[in-house]
Amino acid sequence: MGQVSTAAPELATVEARRSPGPWRTAGADLLHNRSALAAAVVLFLVVLATLCAPLYAHHIAHTDPFQSHVSGTTVVDGKTVPVLTPSSTGLGLGVTPIGPTWDPAHYFLGADNQGRDVMARLLYGGRTSLFIGFTAALLTCALGTVVGVVAGYAGGVVDAVISRVLDVIWAFPVYLLAICLSVVLLTDGLHLGPLTVEAGSLWLPVAIIAAIYVPYIARPLRGQVLVLRNKEYIQAAVGSGAPTVRILRREVLPNVLPTAIVFVPLMTALAMLTESALSFLSVGVQPPDASWGTIIEDGLGLLYTRPAVTIAPGLLIALTTAALNVLGDGVRDALDPGARLRGGV
Amino acid sequence: MSRTTRRSAFAAATVALALTTAACSSSDGSSSADATTSSSASGSSAFLPQHKGGTLKLVAHAAAGSIDPQVNYTLQYWQLYQSMYDGLLSFKKVGGQASFTVVPDLAAAMPKVSNGGKTYTFTLRKGITFSNGKALTTDDVVASFQRIFKVSSPTAGTFYNGIVGATACLKTPASCTLKGGVTGDATANTVTINLTAPDSEFPYKLAVPHASIVPKDSPTKDAGTKPLPTTGPYMAASYDPNRALKLVRNPHFKEWSREAEPQGYPDEIDYTFGQTVESEVTAVENGQADWMYDPPPADRLNEIGTKYTAQAHVNPLTAFWYATLNVNMAPFNNKLARQAINWAVDRSAVVRLYGGTNLASPACTILPPGFPGHVDSCDYTKGGGKTWTAADLATAKALVKQSGTAGQEVGIVVQDDDVNKSIGQYLQSLLTQLGYKATLKPLSGNIQFTYIQNTKNKVQLALTSWYQDYPAASDFLNVLFSCAAFHPGSDSSINISGFCDKGVDAKMQSALKTAQTDPTAANTQWGAIDQAIMRQSPVVPLINPKIIDFTSKRLGNYQFSKQFYMLVGQTWVK
Repeated sequence: MGQVSTAAPELATVEARRSPGPWRTAGADLLHNRSALAAAVVLFLVVLATLCAPLYAHHIAHTDPFQSHVSGTTVVDGKTVPVLTPSSTGLGLGVTPIGPTWDPAHYFLGADNQGRDVMARLLYGGRTSLFIGFTAALLTCALGTVVGVVAGYAGGVVDAVISRVLDVIWAFPVYLLAICLSVVLLTDGLHLGPLTVEAGSLWLPVAIIAAIYVPYIARPLRGQVLVLRNKEYIQAAVGSGAPTVRILRREVLPNVLPTAIVFVPLMTALAMLTESALSFLSVGVQPPDASWGTIIEDGLGLLYTRPAVTIAPGLLIALTTAALNVLGDGVRDALDPGARLRGGV
Repeated sequence: MSRTTRRSAFAAATVALALTTAACSSSDGSSSADATTSSSASGSSAFLPQHKGGTLKLVAHAAAGSIDPQVNYTLQYWQLYQSMYDGLLSFKKVGGQASFTVVPDLAAAMPKVSNGGKTYTFTLRKGITFSNGKALTTDDVVASFQRIFKVSSPTAGTFYNGIVGATACLKTPASCTLKGGVTGDATANTVTINLTAPDSEFPYKLAVPHASIVPKDSPTKDAGTKPLPTTGPYMAASYDPNRALKLVRNPHFKEWSREAEPQGYPDEIDYTFGQTVESEVTAVENGQADWMYDPPPADRLNEIGTKYTAQAHVNPLTAFWYATLNVNMAPFNNKLARQAINWAVDRSAVVRLYGGTNLASPACTILPPGFPGHVDSCDYTKGGGKTWTAADLATAKALVKQSGTAGQEVGIVVQDDDVNKSIGQYLQSLLTQLGYKATLKPLSGNIQFTYIQNTKNKVQLALTSWYQDYPAASDFLNVLFSCAAFHPGSDSSINISGFCDKGVDAKMQSALKTAQTDPTAANTQWGAIDQAIMRQSPVVPLINPKIIDFTSKRLGNYQFSKQFYMLVGQTWVK
């Protein structure tokens, strides 16, 4: 990663005259990375579509995606048909939801077992999944950065204690830890002093996912800070009597921030996958809220008859996480001088 | 479905419940069998030797725990025990309504009842031998009744607590003697059971597997995976709950009563565990298995119902699925709010969520159709009528408004399997429509049933179900709605709504007393009690479920006992 020192302002000024600066350079590099750009466009479209969820549900599909329509009807090819059709052949066992009609106004992707419009739920579910993924990633990166910087810079007992705690969290299989936390917190919610998160709140999966991934950010950043701590300009700042907070803010943080930023899209993808897995296992997003994970779970019992209910959110998860990973790689390349050199930029 | 957990949960829930009844009567006074039964009584009554032999292959997703008949409390194994263990009395091993009839099994005849209904005297059949070669004696019978308490059988405190000496046995099981309660006379070959009070349902309690007779030297602890010697046509050769249970013929079995314990057809019964339900369906379709225990998944029902019609057997169960409304907590401490939910619930929607009209029917009473005491009646159907036809959302909304409970929070606790969860989601959606702030709490089936019973958990609305233990109205009404069944702060409070109405309680006591002398009159009383409870609306009856048995092409002589479901040993594969 690039190391930026502000301990020698004069040198920095000279450097600034020669180049547009690391952030601007990185931005320019990112714009020249076609894969990353394509991924960003895909992400933009996904986000835009999910933001349009209320528009689609209320003005096009005319449906409430959170309300059951088990005994409801809809119109297909001008005929009124039940949303959930009981089998009328043979022994008449089972009930099958309506399949994709490809008519945006009437169950475009069909219905789930509650008779709800899958397309509308996909859009609303995307909002939830993206919200949880992005928020949890930001929280993880913020927490991880603070923990990693403090542990790496403080050293000694503080480092030892923080590192062991991180080791303990790291030692648990991540999904097992997430499931345990979810199962405990889903019943009564989270109560930490003045902080209260209700059991059904979306902030609960955000908090759980953010907490379990902190070591993934904190450990590499701690290692980076351990190296930085011994750099001459840091030693010079210490020697000149600069306060610790100022050193951290002005010397250490700017050098580790690019790493943390690189983690954001990657962690967003990881957090989305985790949210989907937890929701699929009924310990993530709780009904009536929808996420792509809960929609897959809803579709599990319809795998043989209405696979679209499962496949559609699955594809969107795959597409979005792939886009986030490609974008993350692009950001890493853009912020990594080594990559620039290797690429001859 | 919670067929496995139901009985386990019932065991935990009814420990403190006392059924105070009187006199000996095995009459059920029930109405006719459900007309939708597809194949309940189609089997052969006479033994057909040409079908004897072969291996019957059964599959289930999981085993059902201990194989000890006095400990296990699951339908999964109670079904098997019908061909393995015997009690003094037994439910008739036939299909249809007659399967509710209690007949003498190890006893030579129905007991002689004396002392005002408090003393039962049985004469044992002669020549019956356990699968270990030892002859059945009166000592085995006495020891078996003591063992019910020594192994802390799940129903020791509910079904058998009326036996003289039971109180001491419940207190100190290890030293249980049932002195004065169960005595054997080896010379006369008789066993006498003395009760503290008459109990009209006692014959039923003697006919369930917990009253099985096992050798007197059986361990006085849960036998676990080590099978106990049997008296019936089959014995367990091996049992590994993680893999399989293998039943083979009991070499010492000789048929003594075709209606109580008929000889079986297959030479072996192999019960394999560990498959997914999807693969169970495929195995039965391909003939690799002859029967699956688990209900087929929703997305395979249509396939089974259209391509395998001859192999699918649908039968109504004497059970009901219902929503409990906590009468001691807002908003359902308000009768109008409770009635509103009963008006609002679209039972046909719940039927669809369960699998369609051929797998369930709408319920409006607590007692299932065809069950003793059931009377067609429905206070909560649009336009009125004796059976439920449609929900009335307008009336429901008006009642919510009148009750002043709109806007209040309601937590709905359900099991986390597909069917329960989807019904829960429907209820959540409905309550939101009515103006409540509803949240859904899906919990694992292992804990949900005890969780919703404990008042400490402040459950307002829960989805649960009840399957009969034996064919008596009190098994629903007295067990689920008596004041004695409500134990605040306990996991064993099966009166989940917390409903306690002194007037209704008095009527139930009166019905229990009437049953001692006039079962038909008692059933009329139970029907009225059902309606009286429903007027108070502590629960919302949703559906009466049916069971689907999916069998292989080669399986023959399918018979459905209303008491213990498919008669496993009576099916043939040759």
